[in-house]
Amino acid sequence: MLKTLFEKLWTLHEISIIGNGECLIFIDRMFLHERTGSIALKGLEDAARAIKSPQHVFCTMDHIVDTTLGRGDETLMPNGKDFIIATRKSAHRAGIRLFDIGDQNQGISHVISAELGIALPGSTLICPDSHTCTLGGLGALAWGVGSTEAEHAMATNTLRVKKPKTMRVNFRGKLSQGITAKDMILYLISQEGTGGGAGYAVEFSGQAVRELGIEARFTLCNMAVEFSAFTGLVAVDQSTLDYIQDRTFAPKGNELKQAINHWNTLHTDIGAEFDRTITIQCENIKPIVTWGTSPQHAISIEDKIPDPHFEKSSITKSSMKRALAYMDLSSGTPITSVKLDAAFIGSCTNARLSDLRAAAQYLQGKTVSPWVSAVCVPGSSQVKAAAEAEGLDKIFLAAGFEWRESGCSMCFYAGGETFGKQKRIISTTNRNFEGRQGPETRTHLASPLTVAASACKGYISAATD
Amino acid sequence: MDKFDSHRGIAAALLRPNIDTDTIIPSREMTRVSREGLKDGLFAAWRYTLPGSREANLNFILNRPAYSNTSIILSGDNFGCGSSREHAVWALKEYGIRAIIAPSFGSIFQSNCIRNGVLPIVLSNNMIKEMADWVEKDPQHNHLSIALPEQKVHWSAGKCFEFELDEAQKDMLIKGLDAISLTQVLDNKIDLFEQKDRLERPWIYLD
Repeated sequence: MLKTLFEKLWTLHEISIIGNGECLIFIDRMFLHERTGSIALKGLEDAARAIKSPQHVFCTMDHIVDTTLGRGDETLMPNGKDFIIATRKSAHRAGIRLFDIGDQNQGISHVISAELGIALPGSTLICPDSHTCTLGGLGALAWGVGSTEAEHAMATNTLRVKKPKTMRVNFRGKLSQGITAKDMILYLISQEGTGGGAGYAVEFSGQAVRELGIEARFTLCNMAVEFSAFTGLVAVDQSTLDYIQDRTFAPKGNELKQAINHWNTLHTDIGAEFDRTITIQCENIKPIVTWGTSPQHAISIEDKIPDPHFEKSSITKSSMKRALAYMDLSSGTPITSVKLDAAFIGSCTNARLSDLRAAAQYLQGKTVSPWVSAVCVPGSSQVKAAAEAEGLDKIFLAAGFEWRESGCSMCFYAGGETFGKQKRIISTTNRNFEGRQGPETRTHLASPLTVAASACKGYISAATD
Repeated sequence: MDKFDSHRGIAAALLRPNIDTDTIIPSREMTRVSREGLKDGLFAAWRYTLPGSREANLNFILNRPAYSNTSIILSGDNFGCGSSREHAVWALKEYGIRAIIAPSFGSIFQSNCIRNGVLPIVLSNNMIKEMADWVEKDPQHNHLSIALPEQKVHWSAGKCFEFELDEAQKDMLIKGLDAISLTQVLDNKIDLFEQKDRLERPWIYLD
C-alpha cells in the first residue's frame, strides 16, 4: 500500500489502537527544559512514579536562564533560580542527562536535540514545548505536549494520541535570491491563516524544500505549530543523512549503516494520497514581515499595512483593528516606513549557525542604526562556539549587536528580560502575540537577513534595499 | 483527576480569535515550580491596569460584578494557541473555569484541558455569538447548562446546541480517569512492542 511519510512514521510507532479514536504510540525520546520539564519531573516524584527509560530522557536549561556572559543560576525572572535549581536536583535524582548552564552542549532544546543526534530520522520525540515540531526537519515525528503528557511519556514510554490527518504543502519552483525558510512559512500562514493546519500532520515538499539545508528545514517545521498543525515534516534525503554523521548520540558503524537503510525509506511513496494538498508558487514569496499580533498578520515587505475595512468577517475585522491599535500602526502605510527600537536574532526558529552566518554576511562592514538596540543570542553553546571560531561574533559586535550566551532569551519574557514597554522589535522569533517579548512590546517577525537589514536601517527593510 | 459530568454556570464572552496561552497566563506569572498559585495570573495583561500590578481593570469582563463567579468562557477560533504551557489550563481551572466554548482550540491546549478535567466544547462562531448575546442580557441569571453525557449545551428556554467530542476524551472526563494509570495496565503490550522494536531499530536504544 502506498503510504505518506507520516503514515510510515505512525505505523512504526503504533503499539495498538486503544479505540475511541486513540492510538498508543511509542515514544523514542523525551526532552525537558527547566520551565515545564521541572514540573513534569516533580509530578512524577510526587506520584512516586519511575521514569521507564531514563536513558531516553534529556533535559536542558534554556527557557529562563540568563544569557549575559558570565552567567550563573541568577535570572531576571521572579523566582527563576528556583526553577533552575529544582530542575537540576530532579534531573540528578531521576538519572536523566542534563545539559546544564556551563555545559558545552547546553542550548535551546530543539536546537541541541538535533545537534547532538538525540532526535533521529524516523524517531518519535516529545517535549513539553510547542516548538518540538522543529525536529520534523530531520524526518522525525516530534510534537509538543503539556507537562502531564510529558509525565505520561516518561512513565510509560508512550502517549495516547488521536491520529491526525495528512496534509502536503508543496513549494513549487525556486525561491528568489534572499528568500529564506522563514519567509516560506510566514507566507504559508499569511495565505492559509493560523488555523490552516489544524488537525493535520503537514509534510513540506517540493523542489524548494529539497534545496533547503537541514537547518532551514528546522525553521520551516518550527512554525508548523503557528499553523496549528500537529507537526511538520520533511522527507529524509542525502542532506539528512549527511547531517546525522558523527552526532554525539547518533548511531555509528554498522548500526549507522543499518539505520541508513531504514532512513532511506522515510519519504512519501509516489502516488500516496494526502487528505489535503496546498501548492505554493515560490516565485510569489517575497521577504515577509508581520505587522500585527498573530503570525497570520504577515505581508510582503513591499506591501502596505492592510485595512480591516476590506474584511468581510466582523470577527477578523475587529481583531485586525485591535492588532493595529496594539501595534500603534495605521492601515495603508508602507511597512518599510515603520521605525524600529530594537532587533533580536535568536530562538529555536532562527539561531543556528546558518542563520547567524546569513545575518553576519549582511552585517559585515555595516553598523546598526543609532536608535536601535540589537541583540544576538546563539541557539546553543555549540553554535556560539562555532560562530566564534569563524569570527562571526566580531562581526556582530562591530556592527553594534550584543553577543550573548545561548538560551530562549527575548523570544519571550520568561527570562524576565525585555527591550521595554511599547518598544518596537524586529525579531527572528516565532510569535508576535501581545506582550510576548515583555509587557506592551510590539513584535515584527522576520528572517535573520531581514532583521539584520532592518537593524542597520532603523526601519523595517529588506536586505535587497 | 476531577470528573466532568454536567455543569451549570455563568458564562463570559471573550469573542476574539487566537487567544493564546501567553495571554491566558503570561510567563512572568508562572513563578513557582507548581501547578498551583496561578489563578491571580489568569489574563493578567487584560485583567489589571498595569503590568505587574494587581489593580483591577474594570473594563475587563471578568472584573465586572455581573460576571463574578464566571465558570464558562465563550471565545473565538483557536483558543489556547501558542505555547504548550499547561499553566494556562491550571490557571483557568483554579480560577473556577470548568468549560470553554470556542469554534476551535490549540491542539496541545485541548489535550491539556482533557488531562485536567476542563471541558473544551467546539461550536460554531454563530452559535457562540447567539449564546453570548443572550447571556449578556443578564449574566447572573442567563446561565449556560452543559450536559457532557448527552453532549449538549442548554441555554435560553428550550434552546440547546449539540457538540462533538472524541469518545475517548469524553470517557476520560466523565469518569475522571488518570491516563497514566490506564496506560500502565497495557505495560505488557508496551514491553512486547519494545522487544520487537529493539531488533528492528537497535540504534534507537541507548543502553
